[in-house]
Amino acid sequence: MRGCAAAARPGDAPLMTISGPSGDTTSDREERPQPPVRVVSARVSLAQRLRNIWLFRECLIGLTRKELKVKYKNSVLGFLWSFLNPATSLLVFYVVFQLVLRNGIPFFAIYLISGILVWNLFSVAVPQATVSIVANAPIVKKVAFPREILSFAAVLAALVHFFLQLIVLLVFLVIFKRQPAYAYLPLLIPALLALLMLSLALGVLLAAVNVKLRDVQHLVEIGLQVWFWATPIVYQYRLVRDNVISKVVAGKVVPASGFKHAAFIAWRLNPVTPIVLTFQRAIYGQTSPVGTDGKVVHVLPDHAGQWWYLWQLLAVIGFSFVLLAVALRVFGRLEGNFAEDL
Amino acid sequence: MAPAVEIVGVSKRFRLFNEKFTSLKERLIHFGKIPYEDFWALRDIDIVVQPGETVGLLGHNGSGKSTLLKCVAGILQPTLGEIRIRGRMAALLELGAGFHPDLSGRENVFLNASLLGVSRREVQRKFDDIVAFAELEPHIDQQVKYYSSGMYVRLGFAVAVNMEPDVLLIDEVLAVGDELFQRKCIDRIRLFQREGRTIVFVTHSVDQVRQICDRAVVLDRGEMVACDAPGPAIRTYREHLLQRQEYAEAQRLGLTEAVEGEEAADQGAPQADERVNVFSQEAKRNLQVRIVSVKFDYPECGERPYVVSGEPLAINIAYQASRPITDLVVGVAVYDMEGRLLFGWNTETMGVSLGVVNGAGEISFNIASLPLLDGTYPVTIGIHSRDEGTVYDWREQRDSFEVMSRSRSAGVLELQVEVKVRREEPGAEEPGAEGVA
Repeated sequence: MRGCAAAARPGDAPLMTISGPSGDTTSDREERPQPPVRVVSARVSLAQRLRNIWLFRECLIGLTRKELKVKYKNSVLGFLWSFLNPATSLLVFYVVFQLVLRNGIPFFAIYLISGILVWNLFSVAVPQATVSIVANAPIVKKVAFPREILSFAAVLAALVHFFLQLIVLLVFLVIFKRQPAYAYLPLLIPALLALLMLSLALGVLLAAVNVKLRDVQHLVEIGLQVWFWATPIVYQYRLVRDNVISKVVAGKVVPASGFKHAAFIAWRLNPVTPIVLTFQRAIYGQTSPVGTDGKVVHVLPDHAGQWWYLWQLLAVIGFSFVLLAVALRVFGRLEGNFAEDL
Repeated sequence: MAPAVEIVGVSKRFRLFNEKFTSLKERLIHFGKIPYEDFWALRDIDIVVQPGETVGLLGHNGSGKSTLLKCVAGILQPTLGEIRIRGRMAALLELGAGFHPDLSGRENVFLNASLLGVSRREVQRKFDDIVAFAELEPHIDQQVKYYSSGMYVRLGFAVAVNMEPDVLLIDEVLAVGDELFQRKCIDRIRLFQREGRTIVFVTHSVDQVRQICDRAVVLDRGEMVACDAPGPAIRTYREHLLQRQEYAEAQRLGLTEAVEGEEAADQGAPQADERVNVFSQEAKRNLQVRIVSVKFDYPECGERPYVVSGEPLAINIAYQASRPITDLVVGVAVYDMEGRLLFGWNTETMGVSLGVVNGAGEISFNIASLPLLDGTYPVTIGIHSRDEGTVYDWREQRDSFEVMSRSRSAGVLELQVEVKVRREEPGAEEPGAEGVA
């Protein structure tokens, strides 16, 4: 089956293992080679799964386009909504933190948007991926294809919105005449990769579990709320680091208590944090600027170079990779029941 | 040549949970002891389909035929066993599955084809064919939600069929659409057959099986009971259908146990002699004349338990009268499986007077050439008075005979038909070619 592959590249079709080159086909039709063999059984290896996803890449793109098209179909503003959403949260946080709470961070809008950009991708991709299988029940029940690509498509659709929102950020940079930290810009590539991997891993895992346990989609919403505030997006990283890990007593820096230190480490294990920090470092560009009230505000780590960020990003990528492998395994286990449970 | 589809020892188990324990709360409350029943929808199915073969899956509702097709399609995974498919496969499980109502017909064609694993380039090449086949040229850029159900179905069929699959799986989709489109689908399937493609399809219609299939597989409660040429397979299918009807009938009357016992005693074709009178005519019988036995005599068949279409058939009714009776009439009625009366006679309408009947005897109805196609045909035998006021004995569809047919015609009747073709083509050398089939 899966003929694009069958016709163009012999044996390249999904869910298939290639049969021996016995050449016993009567090739009266085109130059069709030995047809590949597709095996349906209860177990499919991880390598095979990844191969299948790759073979259905056109389908993945098609489904992503569908997600994007359907999302704003029959709405007057259409894609404008994907700007309005972050713009609103930007405005709200700006008013609350800058004007009401007076956090003193200069160019707070740019600081905010560099973190919110990351968060929006993550917080749209994960829930959308979680419901992807259930939402596409009619397809899942009637058409055979690697179902993971439904979750993948949800993440990719969020990625497209991410790039649209990036335009908003660029506009802000121009308005405020700000320059990004060019030395840190290349780090955005591993940062984005880490973000995508993490979203995919969580999305695939939760999508599979959600088919049987529909609570997951609600849990994800609550979980993301907590997760948002556990990530230094509207507040600054140094606020937590400087106040929790240590305190200043009589002009000297004294380490905080053991419990507080443990709490800090737990907070620091948030895999989204390194990604957000990288974006903030590269786009916002300043670590300890002079604040709006004339005092120095400590926003990001002072002496951290590119390597500091890169190592953390690599750790997140590694973690996400393992999680994705586990997720695909779990997905494969549960996939057999999807058509029944929907 | 390597088989196109190999189904090796496939079993499929469904876990039926007594209630829907799908929420986390319910799971936690009932942790580890959620009640469920195992239901084996398929048991140990082995089927090999050769390339170019057309195989029909027959079975009553719930026999597992659709489950099997879904397993072959890869939508369900078999619990045990393995299925191997050689070549590109397209499954028509539901026409237009995966169409998104908000997208246009054009967009949906591409999306649907990509779900079937077909590249964009290939779809572009075939796009015009697809639209032409679906007869949707003026509407292809409209949103699918504005399509009529017929348009929807046509587009779905057109996409799947134009993907040039090596193996085509069809699940009762031929029942939808108007007659014209149905014929178009059947024509397309015949074209597929001529092109040497493999087709596996699920159907209720024995007519379709007889018309299209090289072989038929009969499933009953998840087990394969026949895998044979269409004729014998249809016979098995009807046998099982009859069994189920009797079972359901008995269950309705609260006689399950009796029939179950019977089934255990005689799995093949349960004799329903011991059942309580179900039908009003049977209830009225006074048994002054008894039907001792009903035998179907297939004179030319030897040991075969069935008659082939066109062969003679004799229905022999042995009776026993306990006192002399003067107004005796013996009647026979033949039905089909749907319960339609096909034909019936009695000695009165045939102008035969039996005179005074006393003691034992036998009455034969001889049919010189049976004009029926294959199937199981229940027969009702009645012995009553001339004015039908008294029923001496009555057997309502308790006996049946089997017919096998070698022909591929559809319907109930087997008729001798000759085809003649007369051509008057301009420029043709011979004045009119004649062909006789």
